[in-house]
Formats: sequence, C-alpha cells, structure tokens
Amino acid sequence: MPDTLAHPVRFGSNAGQPVTRRDGIAKVTGTATFTADNSPENLLHAVYVPATIARGRVTHLDVAAAEAHPGVTMVMTPGNRPALQGDPSAKPTMFSFRIEVLQDDSVRYAGQPIALVLGETLEAATEGARLLNPRYAAEPARTRIDDDEAAPVEPGGFGRPAGVEHGDVAAGHAAATKAIDVTYETSAQYHNAMETHAVVAQWEGDKLSLDVPSQALLMSCAGYAYFFGIPAENVTIRAPYLGGGFGSKAIPTGPQVLAILAAKETGRPVKLMLTRQQMFGPVGHRGATRQRLRLGIDDGAALTVIDHEGLAATSSFDDFVEPAANASQGLYAAGALRSAHRAVRLDVGTPGPMRAPGEASGSAALECAMDEMAEAAGIDPLEFRLRNYAETEPGTGKPYSSKALRECYMQGAERFGWSGRPLLPRQMKDENGLLTGWGMGTALFPCPMFAADARATLRSDGSALVETSAIDMGQGAWTALAQIAADSLGLPLDMVEFRAGHSSLPDGGVAGGSGHTATAGGALHAAGGDVIRQLGEIAAADPESPLHGAGNAAFSARDGRLYVDGDDSRSDSFADILARAGSAELVGNGSASRAPEDAEKFSMHSHGAVFAEVKVDPDLCQVRVTRMVGAFAAGRIINPKLAESQLLGGMIWGISFALHEEAKHDPRTGRIVNADFAGYHVPVNADVTGLEVLTVHEDDPYVNALGIKGVGEIGIVGSVGAIANAIWHATGHRIRRFPIRIEDLLTA
Amino acid sequence: MKPFDFVQPRTVDEALAAWEPGAAWLGGGTNLVDLMKTGAVQPAKLIDITRLPGLDTIETRADGATRIGALVSNADLADDPGFARSFPMVAEALLSGASGQLRNVATVAGNIMQSPRDAFYRELDPPSDPLSGGASLAVLGTGGRFAAVNPSDFAVPLVALDAVVEVRGPGGAREIALADLHLPPGDAPGNSTALRPGELILALRLPAAAAGFAAHSRYLKVRDRTSFAFATASAAASLRIEGGRIAEARLALGAVAPRPWRVAEAEALLAGRAIDADLFAEAAEVALSGAVAVGGNGWKIELARRTAARALAMAAAGTPARMPALPASPFAPQAGDLIHA
Amino acid sequence: MSLSIRLTINGAPRDIALEDARVTLLDLLRERLALPGTKKGCDRGQCGACTVIVNGKRVNSCLTLAATLDGAQVTTIEGLATGDRLHPVQEAFIEQDGFQCGYCTPGQIMSAVGLIAEGRAGDDPERIREGMSGNICRCAAYHGITLAVQEATRRMAEAEKGDAA
Repeated sequence: MPDTLAHPVRFGSNAGQPVTRRDGIAKVTGTATFTADNSPENLLHAVYVPATIARGRVTHLDVAAAEAHPGVTMVMTPGNRPALQGDPSAKPTMFSFRIEVLQDDSVRYAGQPIALVLGETLEAATEGARLLNPRYAAEPARTRIDDDEAAPVEPGGFGRPAGVEHGDVAAGHAAATKAIDVTYETSAQYHNAMETHAVVAQWEGDKLSLDVPSQALLMSCAGYAYFFGIPAENVTIRAPYLGGGFGSKAIPTGPQVLAILAAKETGRPVKLMLTRQQMFGPVGHRGATRQRLRLGIDDGAALTVIDHEGLAATSSFDDFVEPAANASQGLYAAGALRSAHRAVRLDVGTPGPMRAPGEASGSAALECAMDEMAEAAGIDPLEFRLRNYAETEPGTGKPYSSKALRECYMQGAERFGWSGRPLLPRQMKDENGLLTGWGMGTALFPCPMFAADARATLRSDGSALVETSAIDMGQGAWTALAQIAADSLGLPLDMVEFRAGHSSLPDGGVAGGSGHTATAGGALHAAGGDVIRQLGEIAAADPESPLHGAGNAAFSARDGRLYVDGDDSRSDSFADILARAGSAELVGNGSASRAPEDAEKFSMHSHGAVFAEVKVDPDLCQVRVTRMVGAFAAGRIINPKLAESQLLGGMIWGISFALHEEAKHDPRTGRIVNADFAGYHVPVNADVTGLEVLTVHEDDPYVNALGIKGVGEIGIVGSVGAIANAIWHATGHRIRRFPIRIEDLLTA
Repeated sequence: MKPFDFVQPRTVDEALAAWEPGAAWLGGGTNLVDLMKTGAVQPAKLIDITRLPGLDTIETRADGATRIGALVSNADLADDPGFARSFPMVAEALLSGASGQLRNVATVAGNIMQSPRDAFYRELDPPSDPLSGGASLAVLGTGGRFAAVNPSDFAVPLVALDAVVEVRGPGGAREIALADLHLPPGDAPGNSTALRPGELILALRLPAAAAGFAAHSRYLKVRDRTSFAFATASAAASLRIEGGRIAEARLALGAVAPRPWRVAEAEALLAGRAIDADLFAEAAEVALSGAVAVGGNGWKIELARRTAARALAMAAAGTPARMPALPASPFAPQAGDLIHA
Repeated sequence: MSLSIRLTINGAPRDIALEDARVTLLDLLRERLALPGTKKGCDRGQCGACTVIVNGKRVNSCLTLAATLDGAQVTTIEGLATGDRLHPVQEAFIEQDGFQCGYCTPGQIMSAVGLIAEGRAGDDPERIREGMSGNICRCAAYHGITLAVQEATRRMAEAEKGDAA
C-alpha cells in the first residue's frame, strides 16, 4: 500500500505515529493467551447439544447412553439442571438478551442448547453430547422473512428502533419529477469471529473467576453475577485478548452461563468452547432485511424525498430489529426524510448488533438506490451525491461537529481515477475480456461514546503504570490506548506500562460502536492529566523545584519533565519532583464520556467515500473485486497503521456482505444448512486485491477531548453499495438481493 | 466421535486382513476425519494405511502408462514436474481444489472417494426448496432421483483421460474404470461406489495415450469465491490438434452429476472438426442435453454449458507455459501466454 | 485402548501415551501438551487456524489423528522463533500489520512458512494470495498478510544467498 494516510497533526510524541502493535510479539509467537488456551488443573470439558429443529419440544434425550460413555461425568438437561438465581428472560444489563439455559424443553430455534455434557476429556464430552440423540415434537419452522406477518416495531431503545420523519414526506413524493421505488434484500449473517465463544469458569466459594472473551468486562461481570445471585464484585473476568468480537461478545450467552453453572455444580473448573457450527445460533447475528426505498428528485437532481422502510427478521422471543432504515437519516440533503421499521418474528436465534448494525444493511440498500436515482437522472453517481451534499444534518438542521466528506469524495475519486468512468454500464472490458465496472458509495457512521474510568500511577523512577479494563479484540487497544496514555503523561511510550483486559481494573467501558478508543482513551487522557496537575501542584509548592512559585502558570509535560508553558528554561523531572516530595508514587484518576451539551448541539459522525472496481466474467458471471479505494474522515487518527488495518478490514467485510455471506435455512427443519466455513463463505486471501485506504484529517473539538471519532465499523458502510453499483456498471444488471451470486447475474 | 479401534498395518496383506465390516481405511483423513466429527460416518475400526510401503510413488510403466500410488498426496502429484507436463489439466484441477494444507495431506485415492458435501443431502430428505439454490444438486446422471454432485475436481480430468483404479480386496486384485467407480444414486442417501467390501485402492492409472493431449489441456472451475471453494460448475477439456483440426477431444464436467461426468457425444462431435467458437458452443449444448433442473437450479445447467464451451476454447488456445497464479479460475488470464508465465 | 507414540515437537522428542485414538493433533497440542499457541477455528479443515508443520509440510492439525503420527516431526508456532530471535515471517507479520485480533495468526504464520518452503509462490502477490487462501482471517488482515509473506520470502531468499556466499 502506498503511504496514502495523511499523517495527522502530532499530538504529543506518541499519538499519530504508526507504532507497530505492542502485542505483536505475543501474537506472532503464540503466547497471547485467548480464553480457551487456559487449562486449569482438574479441568472438566463441557459440550452442549444444539437443537436440530427450529420450533417444538424435546421429547427424549438418551441420557443413559451418554452417561455410559467412558469419561462422561455429568449430563445436564432441563430435567436436572441446578437452579439459577437469575431469570433467563430478564435482561440484567444494557445490551442483554434473553438466554437459553435449559429452562424448559421448548425449542425456539435451531442451534439452541438443549443439554450440556461434561467429560474428563473433550473427546468424551463431545461423544456424550452426540449420544444424547434427541427426539422432538417438531412444529413447522418459520425461517424466511415471508413466513409470518410483519408488525410495526414498538420503539423501546436498544433493539427496538424508533421511526424518524422529517419534513413533509407526501409533499416530497409529490414534488419529485423523477422517482424510483426499489426493494433490496439482505441475508442473515453470522459474526463468526475466528475465536468462537468460550469460557473457562472456576468457583471458589461464592467467588467466580472467568476467562471469557468479552467486549464489556464490568458489564459482563454484572450480568454473570445476576444469574448466580452474587455481587458483581465477586466475579472476575480475565480477557487480555479477544479473537474478534464484531458485536457478538458484549454480554453473557446461554452456553457460557451453563458452563459456569456446571463448574458450580461439580466444584471443578469447566471449559466450554463453541464449535464453529454452534456459532450459528445462540450468539447473535445480523438479521435478514427487506428494504423499500422510494427516492424522488426535482429537475435539478436535488432529492425531494428519501423514504426508507425496513422490514427485519427477529426471533420469536426477543427483540432486536436491525435499524436498517435509519441509515437514510443524516446523510443526504433531502427535502423530506422518512425511516420506518417493521419486524417479523421467526424461529431463529435473536439477532444482535453486528459490525455497523443498521448502517451496513441500510447503507447497502440506500447507496444502491442512490445509484439507481443517479442513473435515472442521467448523471454521474458522485456528482449526484455532491448535489445533495448536506451542509447541516438533514431534517434537524444541526451543525456537524466536523464533516470532511467532500474531501473524502475528492481525494478518493482522484486516487481511484473516477473521472474516467463512462456514465453508461457495460462499457469497459479488460485485456482478458472481463467486464469491468466502477461503483461508489458514501459511508456514514455515528461516533458514540460510552463511559469509562482509568487510573495512572507515576512511579518514583519516572515511569508510569496506566490501567483501565479496556478490550483488545483486534482493533489495537493495547497500542493506541497506550499511545494516548503516554502523551497524557508526557512520557515516551516505552516508559508506560499498560494494564487492560481485566475486570479488576477501572471500568474501561464497552468496546463497541466504534467508541472504545475515544472512551477508554479519553479516560486515560484524563487520568494522565490528573497526574500532571498534581505533579505541578507539588512542584510549584516545593522551594527546591525550578518550578517553585509558578503555580499560576500552566505546565506541560514532555519526555518525563514538567515545563512552565512557554518557558523551556524552567523544568523539573517527574522523578525529582516525586523524590523530593518523598512519594513513592503519584496516582491520578480520570473518566470520560460525551459532554451532553455538545451531543445536543452537534451531529457527530464519521464520513467516508468508497470506490470499487469489479470484474465479471461475461459468460460465467463469477465476480472479483479487483480494486477499492476508501477515503475516510474520522477525526483524529491515533495510530494510522492500525486505523488503516481496521478500515481495510471493514471494506473487506463490505466485499463479504456484497458477495458472500448468507445463512441458508432448510425450510423443513429450520436448520442452517451451511453452518460452517465451507458453506458460509467469507472472503479468503485471494478475494482481496488492490485495496487502498486514505484518511482525511479532521480537527473536531466537540466529539471529545481527543477529537477521536472511531474507525471500527465505517469501513463496511458504503463498501457494499460501491461493489453492487460496480457490478451494475460492469454488467448492466441491478441485483437487489445480497449476497450477489453467480446465479443472480446469470439469470438477470 | 464414536470410539474406534486403531490399527496401523505394515503391508497391504496385513491391511486387507485387518478389514472387517464397519472398518474404514484411513489415508490422509481430510475427508474421513471430518465426516467422523460430524457423525456422518462412524467406523468401528480405522485401518491406517499411510504406512503401507510402495503406495506413494508416481511411475511410468513399460507400456507408457502413468501409475500413481494411492497414497501420493494431491500436492505431490500436482508438483511432480513430469506429471504436470504430461497431464497439465490434472495438475490444474488438483491445485484448484481445497487449500495448500489439505492438498499436502489428502491422498489421490481419498480425493476420488470424497463424499458429497451437500448438507441437505447428507442429513435429510432431498431438497425441494429453491432457496437452497440447488448449487450442489446434480442435474445429470441422477436417474430421476435427487443426488448431490461429486465434489472432486481431480476426478474430472481423470475421467476424461480414461483413468483406471487399481484395487485389491478379499476377492483379489481388479481394475475399475474411474468412469464406473461412482454408482448412480440408489435409495439410501449418500453416494456409493463400485468398491466391494474390504477392497482397497492401490493406485490410479492413466494410459499412455492420455499424455497426448498435453499441449491443449485445461481445467476451468467456476466458484463462489476466488479460492478455497467447491465448484459451482467445472469442466476439463483436452484437444489433440493436428494440422489445425481437432484430431481427438476429451471433455468432462464437474459439479453437475453424482460422478465426474464424461461426455462422449460431445467428444465425438468435436473430432475431426476445425477449431471454432460455435463448434465449442455446440459441443457444450450436446454435453448438457440430458440435464434436468432440481431445486431451482436451472441456472446451473446454463452455467455448466458455458463453462464447457469456455474450457474447450481455453484448451484450444493452448496449455499455459506455467501454472496460472489462480489455477482453473476465470480470473486467470485465458490465453496461452499468461501474465505470470 | 492405549497407544504410545513418539513425536519430536519443536525439536524436543516427546513420548506420548494416548489413551484415546480419537485425539487430533490439535487437541493433543492444546489440551494435553500445554501448547495452546495453535488455534482451533473450525475443527474441520475449513479455516487454517490450526496449521502446523508436520514432517516439513503445512497441515491442518484438526484433521490429523495424533495416533497416525508416530515418529513425526512437528513444528508449532511456539517453536518457530530461535530464542528471542523471531523467524523472518514473524517479524514481517508485525511490521506489515498482518493481523488484528491475532487468533488466526499462528496458523497464518505456519502456513506462510510452509508456503515459502514449497516455493510455489515466490514473491508474486497473486500466487501468495492463492497460496494463503486456506487461512481465513475474519478481521480481514489479508492485505498485510500478503505483504508480510512477500517481504519474508525476499528476506529469506537474501539470507540464503548470503549464507551460500
């Protein structure tokens, strides 16, 4: 990749630098410890039995056969399951879902746990689970979006999105001189982090120690504690590394609770690791959607209306409705905007947030619709978007805290060579006769903050320890957060020891919503600032210090020394200040969350523009994405190297969404028939070629103290539409169903 | 996984003697161990044949035939310079299948004995639902029944080249034409083969004449992602060209039938004719003439037709000097002189 | 039934009493030999996370029954570095940011070591992509992985030239 990342203004000496991952050596030598790598003494292995029907009851389990298998130590079924103190249908914390923990013999979706087997070895437990050989009283399964009645969504916070309407939608339709009315469908997708969900549970009295991958350590402690009737502080979670999360590892799941229960019952440590097949069921997914988009433009190609109706599949027993239609809010300057949500209840596991929930599916449909509208208007898709560029947030009129989308469009288009694009489809062929097409999409993602705390301890030798229960699931928290902390303390990175990934540390909040670096980083920044403030007070009051009496001046910290602002001749080293004060260490605390007044005043979003080239075999209809350029404006970039990797990863998720991911249900049983990596395709290395990322720097004083917007999810947004639009441009075919398959193009 | 006895015989005789009903031969294990994990097969005894001597060599016999030991790995066969030179489309098919890791372990005998992968088919009644797309349901050679396609890439060029399977069993040694190895679908789910109980594949053999196609020989595989995917449709095409005319043609299709599908009628049509795109389209038409759509997969018939025609055109253009970077892919340049050559 | 096998793992001979023939090499390493660096991603040969080198070749340890391996040489991610000196492939993965979460990384690296030994790809990026396609990375660090394999291939070739000179 050429060095296209615009290096942002230096922030201290660390942030802004493309530092290689601090956990790199651990990860390339196999010493980075993931949950299931732990094997405490006297361990039992747990394996659960997934239901192979989607609706009905379990009528028989051959418990005797399982118990007779050598090495099987316990079979847990609804009939003998020890009591849980918490209600599996309650939602003890934010982001919680109802869980299945053998509370009865009913089956609500294929893949639901219906029994748990413990064994002295993994082999014994696995075979014991197979020997249970369940029999069922099955009812017809509803697994397709038309299999039941759609109903409006009653708004209720997480998982139950409210509809939004701005302006006069009917008038917007009426004012249109050209209009389109198109329906797009997206398939059910499963997160499939490479590390499957797992837990290693150990009890000591009423204290519970867990190795468990979690995107929210303290919240998970509270969740697990609830089910076992113990105080949250009795639960300790160790999660130094997550093998990917993508939204699926935020809260306790049924299988994990069952394994913990088994550990309690047996008095022995228990390890449970989901199989790949078991990842298709109780741990969330992106629900299928059907979205109708009606767009209208006036004679100047200005949007008079964007009317976006989303229908999403959810489970029969809980609510998570993919807020796809909301993707049409906040992006284009349409005269009227409407987003409406309906849901259909199916016999599937409850969907949940999956990388860019709502935005990914909604943008896929919206960006294709925009391309169709541009085609109808007879103008270039980029030009069409520029004509409808929103200078303030559409509908609300709020100012953006910052918005460099125009620069993203320009720089991305320039890098890609967009200006050479023929307006009409099916105009380009490469030297091998492959149809070639170019498409684009706009990316938009909110930049939320959660709440986090952190602690910084300056030691007598001038080094520092900084602590927060932050999560590294691949985004690079071990590195980027340490860079922020080092800057806040005015120390070189190698003088800072960073502890994270453990629930005993100050609450690092939730690694989700692309808000973790901003939130946990903000807390670390504040904690470091607290140390420096205290240090300044000590030095200013110390007659021995060169800083004595400078109490009214501001101090700045650099390379382990405190300086009077604007007067480099007056400085003192951290170590000397502490030594004279007789302090072994100095502790600072910090926390971070969004300033409510700024949140009220501004629309806060990351933006981007994605350009894609595809090649399509004119006869065989196989598709390959051969080039993509993504230009993103996401505030301050703390580590360009890691940010680039995250954005690239998101764009490849866009390839995956556009061309590959689809869980297929057998309509007879409701079972997902391609629940493995041979059948459920995600891109392999050969699918990824010619990708480039550019970042456009933004100074945003409102999003948070650090100006960070987040890059974890925006890469997928815009990319899906860009690819589908490129396929249209190559072939002349609009495929309005994702993933776009060979057969769709062949029969178009 | 169900517990099993494990034996590791040191000679073929010992191996054959170790066989009993419920036993399974374990070669590379890349298919069998997977099926044991899913519970699809549950052998009571595994006979590990990987230590049997003499089954891991590639040799040219006195009559010019090439004999490939049953335990030769997919990778070793594809990488054997002499073999790849004589049978380039076989090497290309091998390298288009599975992954580098799997090819290092999977044996040639195991490859042709692969089980169908269609989950509908493996576990349940035949599908009826168009949502499945029917991508892995056979459209040829089903005798009116539902059947999953044979998943092997390797077997497709082999059957085109008249490969023979050498086996030994309780009844002694015999040979089975590869074309006859996979039986038409019966009443029981799962495809079955002509191997009798206790018979062990010792080698595959390609006749001397098979090398006569080396200059015009391609395998083409259409799939849902660029690599590491089973075929949606594939074709192996070989031409012996003399004086600008097709002296002899071979054509076999993959991922359309419960077995690798050789189309003699299309071959006959091509013989003696001049190279011509319309001719290839006509041959492809003939090749798919008996196809019947199942579970909404009519598109697969059309795709297979186009794949066959393209494979013939690619073969006519000539075998590339070097294996394409993306073997058998439509995204490998199609002309004889390749970018990566 | 009990089987005894002898393996040389990362250079050290190990005599192993296998009480269960069902044990795969992957589970043997992770659950019985305290070598959890090798990862389980699918357990079915479909993702490559479990890749190790057996007798010089990259293989999926999840589909390899340990019982079949008597006498084999096995190299895992734990055995790749020489003391504190990383293998060139490991170095290149760090430099090129060829991973994010790091879970598939041991498999990616062992697969890359195997691929380079096969000599199949050289430093041609398209051949590297094809050769590394048996290793799924859900974070999708493929761009960095390809660059890392390319870089390591060059460095190893240069080092070999240097040794020969």
